[in-house]
Amino acid sequence: MVAVLAFAPDAFANFLTPPSGGSPNAGRISNLYTVTLIIAAVVFVGVEGTLIYTLVRFRKRKGRVAVQIHGNTRLEIGWTVGAAVVLIALATLTFAELHSIRTPDVSGPSGLSASSGAQLESTDAIHPPKGPYLTIQVNGQQYIWRFTYLGFGKLADQLDDPYTYRTLYVPTNTTIVLKVVSQDVVHEWWIPNLGGKVQAVPGYVNWTWFKISKPSSYSGQCTFICGRGHATMKATVTALPPKQWLAWLHTLETNLKLAKQGGAAGRATLGKRTGAAAVENP
Amino acid sequence: MATTTLTPVPQILVDRVEREPRGLMSWLTTTDHKRIGILYMVATFIFFVLGGVEALMMRLQLGVANNNLIAPEVYNQLFTMHGTTMIFLFVVPMFAGFANYFVPLMIGARDVAFPRLNALTFWLFLAGGIVFYVSIFWSPPEAGWIATVPLSESSFLPSGGVDAWIYLIHLTGVASLLGAFNFFVTVVNMRAPGMTWSRLPLFVWSILAYSLILIVAIPVIAGAVTMLLLDRHFGTHFYDPTQGGSVLLWQNLFWFFGHPEVYVLILPAFGIVSEVLPVFARKPIFGYKAIAASTILIAFLGLLTWLHHMFTTPTPLVVLIFAMIASFLIAVPTGVKIFNWLGTLWQGSIEFRTPLLFAVGMISLFTIGGISGIFLAIIPVDWQLSDTYFVVAHLHFVFVGGSVFGIFTCIYYWFPKITGRMLSEALGKLSFGLMFVGTLVTFLIQHSLGLDGMPRRVYEYDNVGHLQLYNQISTVGSFILAAGVLVTVINVMRSLNGGVIAGPDPWKGNTLEWFTTSPPPENNFDVIPRVRSLEPMKDIRREIERRSTTPAPVPATAVGEPAASPTVSV
Repeated sequence: MVAVLAFAPDAFANFLTPPSGGSPNAGRISNLYTVTLIIAAVVFVGVEGTLIYTLVRFRKRKGRVAVQIHGNTRLEIGWTVGAAVVLIALATLTFAELHSIRTPDVSGPSGLSASSGAQLESTDAIHPPKGPYLTIQVNGQQYIWRFTYLGFGKLADQLDDPYTYRTLYVPTNTTIVLKVVSQDVVHEWWIPNLGGKVQAVPGYVNWTWFKISKPSSYSGQCTFICGRGHATMKATVTALPPKQWLAWLHTLETNLKLAKQGGAAGRATLGKRTGAAAVENP
Repeated sequence: MATTTLTPVPQILVDRVEREPRGLMSWLTTTDHKRIGILYMVATFIFFVLGGVEALMMRLQLGVANNNLIAPEVYNQLFTMHGTTMIFLFVVPMFAGFANYFVPLMIGARDVAFPRLNALTFWLFLAGGIVFYVSIFWSPPEAGWIATVPLSESSFLPSGGVDAWIYLIHLTGVASLLGAFNFFVTVVNMRAPGMTWSRLPLFVWSILAYSLILIVAIPVIAGAVTMLLLDRHFGTHFYDPTQGGSVLLWQNLFWFFGHPEVYVLILPAFGIVSEVLPVFARKPIFGYKAIAASTILIAFLGLLTWLHHMFTTPTPLVVLIFAMIASFLIAVPTGVKIFNWLGTLWQGSIEFRTPLLFAVGMISLFTIGGISGIFLAIIPVDWQLSDTYFVVAHLHFVFVGGSVFGIFTCIYYWFPKITGRMLSEALGKLSFGLMFVGTLVTFLIQHSLGLDGMPRRVYEYDNVGHLQLYNQISTVGSFILAAGVLVTVINVMRSLNGGVIAGPDPWKGNTLEWFTTSPPPENNFDVIPRVRSLEPMKDIRREIERRSTTPAPVPATAVGEPAASPTVSV
């Protein structure tokens, strides 16, 4: 089975297993899934095989008399214990893996350095055990995702932190911690290659993380019914090398600043022309 | 009198026989558990067809990537109606119908404990269904069968569809609750003489568990939807996060009901399979006590697992781990049932009649749904699979493979008792074949759809990877499945008047419903036999055989006290 999975053509990569290869947590989930799949396949073949064999072997034929037995205590205890043992094994394996899937990895040496704006320590609910990482707020709203690059603005209240819609740009080899929130209804954040889902629940903060090693792009979409545009609420994550990412961030900040200035100028002109400025902003 | 004891069907011993009431009024005013059962079965089957049409419309929309056949809001309405219909208007009340008809017969009772209350449950259920379906002429609900908040709040969905949904939950909920009390009291108090708890048929055990779960779970959803109703119309903010309300409160309350509801949907299917296998393998059920105990254990554990629907919510991991362990635990009694069914078939003499085919189909398909459930119980794996088509595949193997195949087992097994006529075996087998293949083709590929990244409840998708191919396979399968259902409808229509006369016991059944005529008289039994084992009808047949082969049968004496007279068990 493992061999089949390993040599499956790329096109059918996700026929039997969930996506992996984007972030280490997705890979760990995929491994845990694959072990479960192997155990499940054995159970499946065992049960269905026995069923088919029994139906063929013991079909009604001339002279066959059904054996009148009511049970077999030893056998019944045996398979109860057997089922329990398989499940205990799976639970043990899950507990062994759960921590490494939930807790963010440490950023790589070639990742964004602390001096370029990455955080070193914080009160975030999940964060790497040591080293720099980046916290990004993912905000769900009908029907678009907004990404706020926390801590890169100048104001203490983070209101001027740079942001993008639809596409999240991140530096490679840097652990990205996502602070997932929603401003209207429940949404769910999922980029299949970058690990599991988290619900964006209004009134709550949810957390997940990923780390991408090579420059690449991954897409996903909202997975929790959020209204009529649910199917269109898509997202892309693009990883750039840290230097390029910093350059991109600088451009973004400049553009946002220009847009803000342009907006302010426009409002001022409009206010002067209509006299609204005197009323609205005395 | 003497001969009465020698035939399985008691002769009528009264001097005047009243004609059975006929006509529309007799159906509207009936308190006979059998007629109420038939009303339930017919009404729920109509809802089943409606829910099926909704499913086919969705499958048509998804047959092509980025299809424009159905508007987004209509698609959302369709999956909301489909899920709600199949759960609240089909599977639960369908089993209520079979339980109504057969629990009193199987335990040798004259009727249920509260016949008029029983009639009330049907009319409440029907009112709920009608209010819900009338909403399609205005604005059907579109927040999913989970009516997720705050999407279902009036600020996002001000139209009346969600209110229709709330009334449906209330009316069918009260119906289920009253019905559950009724079944529980009936089973506890009205069993035939000698029918101890260890001689209770397994279908009745499953209805007992079904009732217990409903009694615990229904009040919770009733409270939850009442709070939603207050939020929508009376200015409260129970679920409104902008006013201090809690979204997760809804999710917790809903799934506290919603997960036990899953076992309400599946336990009676387990029950009927446990009845049918011994009859057609001509062998006693293997491990009766283990199956009965596992039924009750599943009902109890089912109350502890609701948080596994919330693994992706911001809930502390330690709480989620509790739900994961409970979900793992529930797999043990479920596995035990499957092993016991295999044990029942093993060394039997298996007769491949349609009811057996559906029962065996149920085991094989439910096994797939049970195994995929293990994946979803593992927290990190669920993080990947949750809310994708993998879940859609899982739940349909449980509900179609489990509940629907269980219901079709009931239909094919009990139709002769209800109508006095046999269904066609050829059409039955054709229907089974189409439904079995249809279920596999429709839902197996949906696991891969989910693994390939397709979320559930989306009206369109881009043709990336093999999404369109997989979806087309699934759409073709859904029409095969529908054709299978249609064949059974034709079969039932044909056999209602033209079927072969069944006689009281066409299958050589084990339980007491086969002791009376088909269809049973209004009073069910003129003489209620004393139950001496789990399989009273087998005892009776054996006794008849023994007496008929005895050269000079000893004429039985009067039917006196049941305990004093061995003849009554004959």
